[in-house]
Amino acid sequence: MRASSSGWTEQLARVRLHVVTGKGGTGKSTVAAAVALALANGGRRVLLVEVEGRQGIAQLFDTAPLPYSEERLALAPGGGEVRALAVDAEAALLEYLDMFYNLGFAGRTLRRMGAIEFATTLAPGLRDVLLTGKIKECAGRTDQRGRHVYDAVVVDAPPTGRIVRFLDVTRAMVDLAKVGPIRAQSEGVVRLLHSGDTAVHLVTTLEELPAQEAVEAVEELDAADLRPGAVVVNRISPNRLPARSVAAAADGRLDEARVRAGLESAGLALTDDQLDGLVGETVEHALRVRSEQEAWRHLRQLDLPLLELPELTEGVDLASLYELAETMRDQGLR
Amino acid sequence: MTAPGPAAGSRRRPAALDVDGLLASPRTEIVVCCGSGGVGKTTTAAALGLRAARLGRRTVVLTIDPARRLAQALGLRELGNQPRRVEFAEEEPAGELHAMMLDMRRTFDDMVLAHAGDERAEQILANPFYQTISSSFSGTQEYMAMEKLGQLAAEGDWDLIVVDTPPSRSALDFLDAPQRLSTVLDGTLIRLLAGPARAGGRGIRRVVGAGFGLFSKAVSTIVGGQLLADASAFVQAFDSMFGGFRERAEHTYRMLRSPGTAFLVVAAPEPDALREASYFVDRLATERMPLAGLVANRTHPVLTDLPAASALAAADQLGGGAPLAAAVLRLHADRVSVADRELRLLSRFTRAHPGVPIIGVPALAKDVHDMRGLREIGERLASRPDAG
Repeated sequence: MRASSSGWTEQLARVRLHVVTGKGGTGKSTVAAAVALALANGGRRVLLVEVEGRQGIAQLFDTAPLPYSEERLALAPGGGEVRALAVDAEAALLEYLDMFYNLGFAGRTLRRMGAIEFATTLAPGLRDVLLTGKIKECAGRTDQRGRHVYDAVVVDAPPTGRIVRFLDVTRAMVDLAKVGPIRAQSEGVVRLLHSGDTAVHLVTTLEELPAQEAVEAVEELDAADLRPGAVVVNRISPNRLPARSVAAAADGRLDEARVRAGLESAGLALTDDQLDGLVGETVEHALRVRSEQEAWRHLRQLDLPLLELPELTEGVDLASLYELAETMRDQGLR
Repeated sequence: MTAPGPAAGSRRRPAALDVDGLLASPRTEIVVCCGSGGVGKTTTAAALGLRAARLGRRTVVLTIDPARRLAQALGLRELGNQPRRVEFAEEEPAGELHAMMLDMRRTFDDMVLAHAGDERAEQILANPFYQTISSSFSGTQEYMAMEKLGQLAAEGDWDLIVVDTPPSRSALDFLDAPQRLSTVLDGTLIRLLAGPARAGGRGIRRVVGAGFGLFSKAVSTIVGGQLLADASAFVQAFDSMFGGFRERAEHTYRMLRSPGTAFLVVAAPEPDALREASYFVDRLATERMPLAGLVANRTHPVLTDLPAASALAAADQLGGGAPLAAAVLRLHADRVSVADRELRLLSRFTRAHPGVPIIGVPALAKDVHDMRGLREIGERLASRPDAG
């Protein structure tokens, strides 16, 4: 059952764990950071989690590499704050072991000799299990009065190609580890990830392949009984052409005489080469606009809430993250 | 950059990458395309393969996870673990183009079958731990891509092998995967974990003392005794072929360092992709692996030298009078700022890596999923900017 195709739904407003994925290169980390800022608006506390060890969050916010702790990263308008955590599988495993055993010095030695790297490699899925386990712990953590420490947790997740495997690795682990605490742990993670508390948002651009991957990812998520959230259409660049000129230019029927006359009336006398260059750029622009319209058509068919973000020609800096967050709030994100 | 605007004049110009020279040279035997996800690595690999075939070489392209329509363009409807010759409806190339899509599970199975005895191979293939690591876990794909590359090279049938690399967490994963998997399959630690007494690992136990017993117990508690037992059975069965396994990994690694190999780092003109490309260039240097250059993929060079400010001023002056001409001027101004930004990012890369040749590949207006598109990209890859 899905709601209307624009704006943020009631269902999404209740989500506590926001998983952000997308094809590589679509700006998923940027969007995850902006979603976290937007959610923190108005005094809420949000945790932004990174799982791929790339320190992308630190780069976005222009801070030193994040340690394995939940450091305050940014303040949101209205008193909220975003904290950040770069989850490291090794640290998560040590933390996990400490819950059962007091390893102390031996733990450090094992780390030095690579035994922990080994254990996470032993069952390569263990790495993802530890990461999702830590995410679940953060999302479920409560204070002394039983209130959630974080109002929302936003995960800068692996790309669409690996997202279902990442989120469902715990399910594979439930099959693999027949008993033991990791089984109980895995079951808890599976429950959370498949519940209404979790939504998987898909970041895409209006290029054909990313849009197609987003569509396919929604199918895969549905098949795995995971919940697709919103589709964030990123890097939308302006369409400059009048609607009727798009088709003509894309088909190579641009009215060059009219363009030249217009340019001359503005006092621009261009050489033939210069005019050819402008015409070439216009045809490419029109082709792009047309394939973007096609991408829109596919994305609308998903019948999921759509959020639109503009292309930032000057690149992404801290101020622009706040702008993107504001843009998403304007479109209903809460 | 193929058509540097006037703004480029003041910037340091990197050496241009001679793609045709690289592909045509009989000394080039392997081209590895690497870079972060979403930069067009697979398409670039396919376009390079086609270009090489047109230059007369018998070429095979090993793709990892091509988009469906690109796979179809190459005549690959399903995973096929053996290269298939690509059929051309028109413009048959002078050489040959073969293509394949990596099937990591089959590659792993084939390796087991080739190296273990029949009975042992059966044991391994039936082991649940083996089934898990051979099909569903990350790291295996990287390793199997390298294994397949090794096999293709050993066949000796090819003038040139073009390899795409898996969409890893980081572009560097595939270099580390063999080492990582070797550590697992080496088994010393698994044996220790599964049954320290049997392993006779006194040396290690002396080092970590009582901690190891505790650790082993902890790991066993966490992953479950069954998993460790399966892993242990797997390692015992695998032991006999392990030597051969590691030897192959090392052989492939040496091959990657040989002068017949050329790494091409593919990056979009975006900060993240170029940062990843920088890491990669440094890493290749550390590993003493031969880097041929950087492919700056999908650039948007301006097609005319009209300054953005003049274009915008003229558009403003036109007002609503000539909407089409005004639109043309505004979209040109947009493009100037995109092109300037891309040049800025690329010259930053060049300042950090002055010795790395670059070729800019202007974006096609539409996505590529047929031979004509691949041919066009090949031509853009091979175009040499005018000297000076």
